Formats: sequence, structure tokens, C-alpha cells
Amino acid sequence: MFAYVVRRLIYAVPILIGVNLLTFLLFFVVNSPDDMARMHLGARHASAEGIERWKVERGYDKPTFWNAEADGAGRLTDTIFFDKSLRMFAFDFGSADDGRDIGREIRDRMGPSLAIAVPTFILGLFAAVSFALLLVFFRATYLDFWGVVACVAMMSISSLFYIIGGQWLVSKIWALVPISGYAPGLDAARFLVLPVLISVIAGVGSSVRWYRTIFLEEISRDYVRTARAKGLSELVVLFRHVLKNAMIPILTGVVVVIPMLFMGSLLVESFFGVPGLGSYTIDAISAQDFAVVRAMVFIGSVLYIVGLILTDLSYTLVDPRVRLE
Amino acid sequence: MDFQPVLLWTDLLFFLLLAAGVATVLHVRRSVPLRAAWRKVGRRPVGMASATVLAVFLLVGVADSLHFRPQLPPVEGASADAAAVYSSEVLSVLDVVLEPLRTRTEKTYSAPFADRLYVRETAELPEGGQARIHPRLEYGAAHLADPEAERTADVARRLAGGMLAAAVLWLLPVLLTAAGVARKAGIPFTAGLRRLAQGDTALAWRAVLAALAVILLLACIAAVLAPWYHVFGTDKVGQDVFYQALKSVRTALVIGTLTTLVMLPFAVALGVLAGYLGGWVDDVIQYLYTVLSAIPGVLLIAAAVLMMQVVIDTHPQWFATAAERADARLLALCLILGITSWTGLCRLLRGETLKLRELEYVQAARAFGVRTPSILRRHVLPNVMHIVLIALVMDFSGLVLAEAVLSYIGIGVDPTMTSFGTMINMARAELAREPMVWWSLAAAFCFMFVLVLAANLFADAVRDAFDPRRG
Repeated sequence: MFAYVVRRLIYAVPILIGVNLLTFLLFFVVNSPDDMARMHLGARHASAEGIERWKVERGYDKPTFWNAEADGAGRLTDTIFFDKSLRMFAFDFGSADDGRDIGREIRDRMGPSLAIAVPTFILGLFAAVSFALLLVFFRATYLDFWGVVACVAMMSISSLFYIIGGQWLVSKIWALVPISGYAPGLDAARFLVLPVLISVIAGVGSSVRWYRTIFLEEISRDYVRTARAKGLSELVVLFRHVLKNAMIPILTGVVVVIPMLFMGSLLVESFFGVPGLGSYTIDAISAQDFAVVRAMVFIGSVLYIVGLILTDLSYTLVDPRVRLE
Repeated sequence: MDFQPVLLWTDLLFFLLLAAGVATVLHVRRSVPLRAAWRKVGRRPVGMASATVLAVFLLVGVADSLHFRPQLPPVEGASADAAAVYSSEVLSVLDVVLEPLRTRTEKTYSAPFADRLYVRETAELPEGGQARIHPRLEYGAAHLADPEAERTADVARRLAGGMLAAAVLWLLPVLLTAAGVARKAGIPFTAGLRRLAQGDTALAWRAVLAALAVILLLACIAAVLAPWYHVFGTDKVGQDVFYQALKSVRTALVIGTLTTLVMLPFAVALGVLAGYLGGWVDDVIQYLYTVLSAIPGVLLIAAAVLMMQVVIDTHPQWFATAAERADARLLALCLILGITSWTGLCRLLRGETLKLRELEYVQAARAFGVRTPSILRRHVLPNVMHIVLIALVMDFSGLVLAEAVLSYIGIGVDPTMTSFGTMINMARAELAREPMVWWSLAAAFCFMFVLVLAANLFADAVRDAFDPRRG
């Protein structure tokens, strides 16, 4: 087990290097820092000194890969590539355009993001699995049919409408919770109810349908027939046998997103004014703060790889047939 | 009126895609198993009804893809043989059809069917002095002398006319289909009509006609009301929201289809090669798609779009008109979405090819000394095409939804290009107003919901018919 984890972690390194190279190419080679400076400053205000100052402020004035003027190791380390790209492996992201340290900012904003993402994840999973089981229990009836129709209809609505509609109905018409905002500590609860609820509803359509297919596939297996033949009630069959075995395909989709919960949700956070990583990313995108976007890309891919490893490990927990060698 | 045709890049690709679609249809007609599979789709009422709805959207999209630049009226005093000057504004056939909607702009917001502007303006009163009133609209309900009293009756009268027209128009396809059914079965016309009504036909024609009835009804109502009222109100700059919603259809279709078209060659070639050749080719391709899928989609798109914006902004000389620039951005967005979304399909294709490679008929081909390219073309590709088709139709609705979200974040289409995302984005800023400006959102919601729902239902029908694991 331990050896397996170590090996997987070593495998992850080339992937991270690939991500790193790709983002570097995207940010520094497709467009030269001069181009970026010109756009950032606006075409009219871009004087030669202005561009130079912009580059110096951000450390973009160095050579890209090879610094011929420096001595020794400085030839490699005193470059944009080393400064902006390789340092990320040490989780050193430098500072954002407003001068704040990105690493610190990320640590501060993780809390609010998790405060929305974790309840959403747990409630969403619970709701989706229970509704799917309900539909499967009543399979081939009108309830099942209309349930699936409702799922497809819910899938066809953009998440933007769920958020706007929810804010309008709950906060404006019923005035139950504040429209947006955030408070630290337990006070946060009244700000979190609505975003969590909306995220769960917005996601439930597609996941119920997905889990329903998994359960239906499982229910046509032989062991289910055997269980029924033993005289077990349908409820016991569903919860004790089908649910347990369906965990394997469910885990594939679920575990991989757990680390991503840290990233928060872009839309929900920005609509509800929650100071999490999602709104941080959105703000950085609209302010064209490349340093922050680069940092988030890197963190996102690290978390994705962690999720893949966790998925593999979780298989051993639920499926004794799987052995990690 | 003289005009100069304009072929934007997305138009070209869109028409290319349509041509490919026609070629596929011809190919399907000749191939027995494919015909059987599509017949399965055709037997499903839901599949046929949603296909009808999609076809109507496609019609709107095609009309909006035939672009041209109208000739400007000759400058006074210019010599008769002066070279014609064309407007820098690029129009489409849809714009011409909707000419009244496009040109009749109000000053700013107005509610659906309103006769007065949404905001107050200072106006001179006839008896002297000034007052803050909601001024009358220039075009909306302008034909009514006293809108408060006459509007309901006027709308009802026009509605009745529209419904009647829809019913008359609907009779034509009904009679034609009934005649077709009757001819094919060799029975009299009335018997054919009865079969059609009972839904007892080889393909689900009844569902098509039902969908057509609803579409015709809505279209006729819109056609009789839209010239006199702003049926979905007007937006901030006074443009008709109904017109915007129709224009957004093309953007959504282009994103939904071209993205898949762009990624398809990569995904198919790499997936099949990785699965069939194995070895280091497989390693390299797997590495490539693992790296790409490791980056969260939105962030990769954001990074790429930000960079593309820099390229477009620093090279204004590439684009003759604003429409061309917006189009370049749309195409780039399709490319970026395609690059970020091919990994899933590639992985599926690799897995399927791995399975196919070990099957007897591929082994036999190899034993006979058939060369690898021929094996891939003759034996592997046709047998993974169902995965490609399913991915194509399944991705469509997701891409339409993604466009709205991306445009909202500000990394979507050009702000000057009408799309569902930009409509929602602009409407959102006005939600806090009292009374609320809700109509842009409502229009975007209705159109998007119908489009995506139809796409989802059609995709389900196609998947059920083509996926061998689903009986």
C-alpha cells in the first residue's frame, strides 16, 4: 500500500511538470510580457517606460529561460521560468497584482470555500443517492418516468438561473436570508444556507439520473435475483445489496472531486459574495491578474492528481478484489 | 439593394459541418445497420419531437450564418461610376427577415407589451411646466391611441389571427405526411390519416407533427405580435429582446457543434492510435491527455482566453470589421473549448480500440497482412463511430450551458456578440431595480431551456439506439 502510494506520487511529478510547462507556454511564450503589459496598461498609456516599470514590478523583465548575464547557477535561476514556474513546486506563488502574497491569500480563502463546498458535497450526494434509490424502487412506474423527466428538465436549466432564481425568491420575495455576504465563525450559517441549497438543487438532476443508471445496471445482476429468491424484501435488497455494490462505480466519480472542493465554486461564490477561492479566481480573471490564475491552475492540477490517487486507494476499501500492486 | 457576401470563418466551418451532416445521411442510407439504428431513433416519439425542435433552431442558425455587407447609398455628388461602398456592418439573412425588429429600437428598457418606457423622463407638459413621466415608446404599441383601454382587445384579436394562420399552415404538413404514409403502405388517403392520428406509423410522425404544431403556433403568434409590440421587451440600449434571443441561437449552435468538430480529429486519431499501437505511442498520448485533464477546465479556458484576448487586442489590423473580430473570438473560444474537452472522448476511444484490437476479425485482418492504416480505416474506425456520435450529441447541451457561464465570467464570446451568456450577464446588473427588469432573463431562459432540453432528449434517443450495451 505504502509503496503503491509512493509510486503514484512519483508518477504525478511528470504530469505536474507538464502542467507547469503548458501554463508557462501559455502565459509567457504565446504572448511576450511586453504584449501583456500593453494590454494591462491600455494601448494609449503604454509608453516604453510604463511597460518597463510594469515588467519590473512583476519580475517579468528577466530573460525567459537562460540568463547569460548572470554567473553560475544564476544563469538558470535568475529567469522568468525559474521564478514564476519552478517556484510553484515549493508552493511559492509570489504576489498578486495588488501586492498581496498569493499563498497567504489562498490559505485565508480556503475556509469559506470549504464551508460551502463540503456541505454541498455531502448533502448533494445524500440527496442524489436517495432520490435515485427511490426511483429505482418504483422503477417502471409513472413515478420513475416522471422522475426521470424532471431530472432531464432540471439538467437543461443553466446554473445561472438556479442562482438568480433562488436569490430572487428566497432572499428578495421571502426575505428569509441575506442576498449575499459572509461572516466568519458560526454567523456564517445564515449566509451559507441559500448557496448550499441552490448548489444541491442545481446539481441533483444529472446526478440522480447517473446514479439511477448505475443502480439499474446493478439490479439486473444475478446476486440480486438470489437475494430476492431468499425472500428478502425489496428494501433490504436495495439498501443492503445493491447500494453496497453500486458504491464501486459511484466512488469513481465522487472521490476524485473531494480534493477539488478546496477550489470552491466559481459561480456560487461570486454571486453570493463569499470570499473564497472561487470568487478569488473570478476576480483574478476579470482583473487579468495572471499570477493568480497561474497559481490556481497549478493548485487545481495538484488537487486533481491527489483525487486520482485517493480514488484508487478507495477502491481497495470497498472492493476486496482490487489489490494495489 | 446590392450587397457583398461575407463568409466568416465560423460560417465556413458551420456550413462544412452541415455538408458533412448531409454526407453522413447519404452514407447512412446505403448502410443497413446504420439505417436500422437511426430507425430506432425515428421510432421514439420523444426523439423525433426533439429532432423537430432542433431542426427549427438549426434553420434559424443557418439563416443567421448567411452574412453579407449591404451597399451604402451613393454619396451625393459622387460620380456615377464610383466604386460601390459597402457598409462596415455585417448583416445576415435573419437580420433581413427580422428587419423591423432590428431597426426599431427604443431609448432604453421597456417591459414586454409595454407602451411606455420603463424609466421616467422629464417632459414638457402641454399646459406648461415640467413633469417626470414614463414617455410613450416610439414603436411598441404605437399604433394604439389609448393603449390602456385597447391593448387587451388588440392583442387578443391578433392572437386569434395568429392561431388561425398557424392552424392553416399546420394542415399542409399534416396532409403531406398522411399522403406519404398512405402511399408507402398502399392504402387510401383517409386510412393513412387515421394511422397517422393513431401513431401507427414506422417513424413517429405524429410526434413530429405535434411538435410542429406547437412551434408553428408560437412562430405565428410571434409573427403577428412582434411588429406591433416588443413581445419580450427591450434591453438597456432599447434593442428588442426577442430579436436578441433569436440571434443568440446561432452563437449557441456554433459553440455546441464547432467545438466538437474541432476536437474530433484529435480525439479520434489519438484515441485510436493509442489503443491500437500501444507501446510508447500509447504512453505519450496518455501523458498528453492526463496533463490536459489535470488542469481544471474553467481555469485552462480562462488562461487560454485571456491569452487569446491579448493576441486579438495587439493585432487589430487582422480584422476588417467588428463582426470579423467577434467571429475570430468565437472561433478561438470553440478551439479552446475543443482542446480542453477532447480528453474524455480520447480516453473512451482508446479503451474501445484496446478491446477491438483483440477481436478475431481484427486479428484475422492482421494475419492476412493488411497494413495498419487499412485496418484502422476499415475495421477499427467504423466500429468506434457510435462512441463518437454519442459523444457529439451528448456534448452539445453541455457546451451550450458552458457558453452562458463562460460569458458570465467574462471569458466567453465577444461582448458585442449576442449570446445567451451576454444576455444573462447584462440582465443581471438590473435585477436589483424596482420593479425588476426580468424580461431579458426570461427570454434567455425560455430559449435556452427549450434548446438544451431538446438536445438532451435527442441525445438520449441517439444513445439508446447506438449504445450496444443498452438494449
